[in-house]
Amino acid sequence: MPKVTIDGEQIEVPDGATVLQACELAGKEIPRFCYHERLSIAGNCRMCLVEVKPGPPKPQASCALPAAEGQEIRTDSQMVKLAREGVMEFLLINHPLDCPICDQGGECDLQDQSVAYGRGGTRYYENKRAVTEKYMGPLIKTVMTRCIHCTRCVRFSEEIAGVDEIGALYRGESMQITTYLEKAAAHELSANVIDLCPVGALTSRPYAFEARPWELKKTLSIDVSDAVGANIRLDSRGREVLRALPRINDDVNEEWLSDKGRYMVDGLTRRRLDKVWIRKGGKLQAATWLDAFAAIKRAKPGASIAAIAGDVVDCETMFAAKTLLGAMGSTLLEGRQTGMSYPTGNLAAVNFNSTLAGIETADAILIVGSHVRWEAPLVNVRLRKAVKRGAKVFVVGPHWETTFPAEFLGDDAAVVHELPGHVTEALAKAERPAVIVGGAGLAAGVLDAALALDVQRDGWNGFNVLHMAASRMGGLMLGFAQKGGIADIARAEPKVVLALGADEVDWSQFAGSLKVYIGHHGDKGAHAADIILPAAAYSEKDGTYVNTEGRVQFAEKAVFAPGDAREDWTILRALADAFGVRVGFDSLAELQAKMISEVPALGVEGLASYGKLPKAGKTKAKGAIRYPIQDFYLTNPIARASVVMQRCSAELLHGEDLAEAAE
Amino acid sequence: MADRAPHPDTLELRERWGSFAWTPANAEEAKKIVARYPEGRQRSAVMPLLFLAQYQVGAETNTQGWLPIPVIEFVARELDMPVIRVLEVATFYTMYNIAPVGRFHVQVCGTTPCMLRGSDDLLAACKKRGMAKGHTTDDGLWTLTEVECMGNCASAPMVQINDANYEDLTPERLDHVLDELAAGRFPKEGTQDPARHTVEPVGEPTNLAAMMTENHDYRGEW
Repeated sequence: MPKVTIDGEQIEVPDGATVLQACELAGKEIPRFCYHERLSIAGNCRMCLVEVKPGPPKPQASCALPAAEGQEIRTDSQMVKLAREGVMEFLLINHPLDCPICDQGGECDLQDQSVAYGRGGTRYYENKRAVTEKYMGPLIKTVMTRCIHCTRCVRFSEEIAGVDEIGALYRGESMQITTYLEKAAAHELSANVIDLCPVGALTSRPYAFEARPWELKKTLSIDVSDAVGANIRLDSRGREVLRALPRINDDVNEEWLSDKGRYMVDGLTRRRLDKVWIRKGGKLQAATWLDAFAAIKRAKPGASIAAIAGDVVDCETMFAAKTLLGAMGSTLLEGRQTGMSYPTGNLAAVNFNSTLAGIETADAILIVGSHVRWEAPLVNVRLRKAVKRGAKVFVVGPHWETTFPAEFLGDDAAVVHELPGHVTEALAKAERPAVIVGGAGLAAGVLDAALALDVQRDGWNGFNVLHMAASRMGGLMLGFAQKGGIADIARAEPKVVLALGADEVDWSQFAGSLKVYIGHHGDKGAHAADIILPAAAYSEKDGTYVNTEGRVQFAEKAVFAPGDAREDWTILRALADAFGVRVGFDSLAELQAKMISEVPALGVEGLASYGKLPKAGKTKAKGAIRYPIQDFYLTNPIARASVVMQRCSAELLHGEDLAEAAE
Repeated sequence: MADRAPHPDTLELRERWGSFAWTPANAEEAKKIVARYPEGRQRSAVMPLLFLAQYQVGAETNTQGWLPIPVIEFVARELDMPVIRVLEVATFYTMYNIAPVGRFHVQVCGTTPCMLRGSDDLLAACKKRGMAKGHTTDDGLWTLTEVECMGNCASAPMVQINDANYEDLTPERLDHVLDELAAGRFPKEGTQDPARHTVEPVGEPTNLAAMMTENHDYRGEW
């Protein structure tokens, strides 16, 4: 723990800290462009210069200088001020003065720091360098003349994403950042380089020229595109969400966000259900709420009513449905739309117990039936970190392109019963072994076989289930599970089925039921429905979500739902009146209070505790593992409605050559 | 420099170079080069392998050699590294030609010592023969490039043609060298000044003269 003096103030800093980190600890702001906490140190922008004694009598780059005992650091001297002004002047020599037409304007590091640390004017009258645009795909817009060569994007794609595709070609002043042969950046986290870019060289293509940051309303929300529950901020103007940005949460998403979570927001304004529809003679016809309620009432369900929750619904909606059904005398609740029926008696057995941050520290990982890159890109980042620290990874399931060395053990789920010798040995010898069972693994029945693996150590539970639906853990906590899965519900032949945004269900098994779709997009569920009640998407309601590790998180309402659409719980509350039953809440606050009194864990932000793992059962895993996701970009109704996601799917996954739209 | 760009990746290029592989001799050489580096550090061999590949392309096309995109990808596969990292190296160093060059790649040094000793005249002499900077002549014989310091300042001005340095040049001497090369002969490398053997002082030594005959201690005279 070296002691250093910063601007006359002595502080103790952790071993291995750099001078820049020491200055931050002392509360001094050090300007920087290339330095980033989560990337390797490059030291090439020179903006973080400080004066350090002992040392050469010149300013030194603090980001790459280790803090050492007895250093005297000055961040406020004339030398430092002049050095910053000098570096700033050099950086601005070739930087175009196009802030008024630049999308980074208002949230640009270069803009901010040139105001704070730069000279007032320019002394440069020569021609500026110009760089040709580089195509980087449908998500990233480039204006490479603005690039200041910080190489953050290069380091991100190499170190975090694990997909070497961005590089710096040529040298010196001619250096240019580009993807290989200007191919589209084609991985699930590619758009994070937009956040990393300290200038306007890499900006968001779908968001280009849409808005200025200061005119946007910022709302804290949770990403529902997968079960990781990435913390996001929705930027909206008027009634439209214009973009989603990641928030920093080291326990969940660090500061990254998958491209789907980031760019499916344009789907929130397309294919929306904004009217009540009733199917008459096989055709959907616009109707009023009262007509719809009357039609549902006419079905006289009594206790013969079921609710099926979709993948992106919040706990409040599910709880409102559960209460309504309870009041009617039914417990036909299910959230696993595709028919899975794993036991849910002990939720620890279907939880990501090592936690997302914890999986980084695992040293031997067995993945069973999970295409992690597509099912949870942010978990893939963690796995890559674990492998960088020396973890060995084995995968049971069809081959997918990993971003780290991994050994594939075959497609047959039965392999889990007889793992090869070196795998069992690696798991047995590991200090922190882990198993990750994915959706495809659950479908193949490997849960018991995985539970039988010894992956628990003192203070470490390495048994993990990786879900794909944002609503899954919340639904299971609220009891949205039948013993036999959705087949049980079909067998009960309910008169009315409430589909809460359920779009992945095979509706042919409910041919005799009145299907009431309560959701926000005209997707598969709505196509099959008899009555459509328009509801709110995740951006349009306050909601509680539980991610795959059992972390309870709250999302806030950013905008109002379009047209006649209402928040889901109000629709269910009104249905209660139509049926003439009491549900015991008249406001969202009352609903939440009732929900928390029933499931207290949902009231506390943070990890819910599910207790100990159960003993392994005797179910045998069998059959070939088949990943459920066919197309990463089109996994939920919002993404399917999104033009950007459709374009990503066509161009990045199906190789279609799409001409750039003329501006 | 700034107009350096990889030759466009076209179907014809893929067809011509897509099946590039080491000749038996070069395969042997490549193995030797890779073996110089410790296990797990094979990527360090990227520079010599790129150079070897450039030579092989040169031998196949009877030019100095260059690196088509498929050949760069071949080197990346050989070393199991991302191709963008190889392309970064190939575009960084000017000794790798990333676009086709002629039979002789005339690299005229234009850095200060050479410039003071008359490199502008050498460039003019080249232009008179029909060469233009960054271009190959129509007969495919010459490619002209102006380069930065080649480290022959003591015998400036100099020109590097393929692997040979020609120093102490005047426009006339350069013309002679180029004529010889065009005729298929190989003129003497090194200094072209008949009065000079190598880079020894021209005429009498002008400094450290006292060192000529015996070891002299200058320190007292500083």
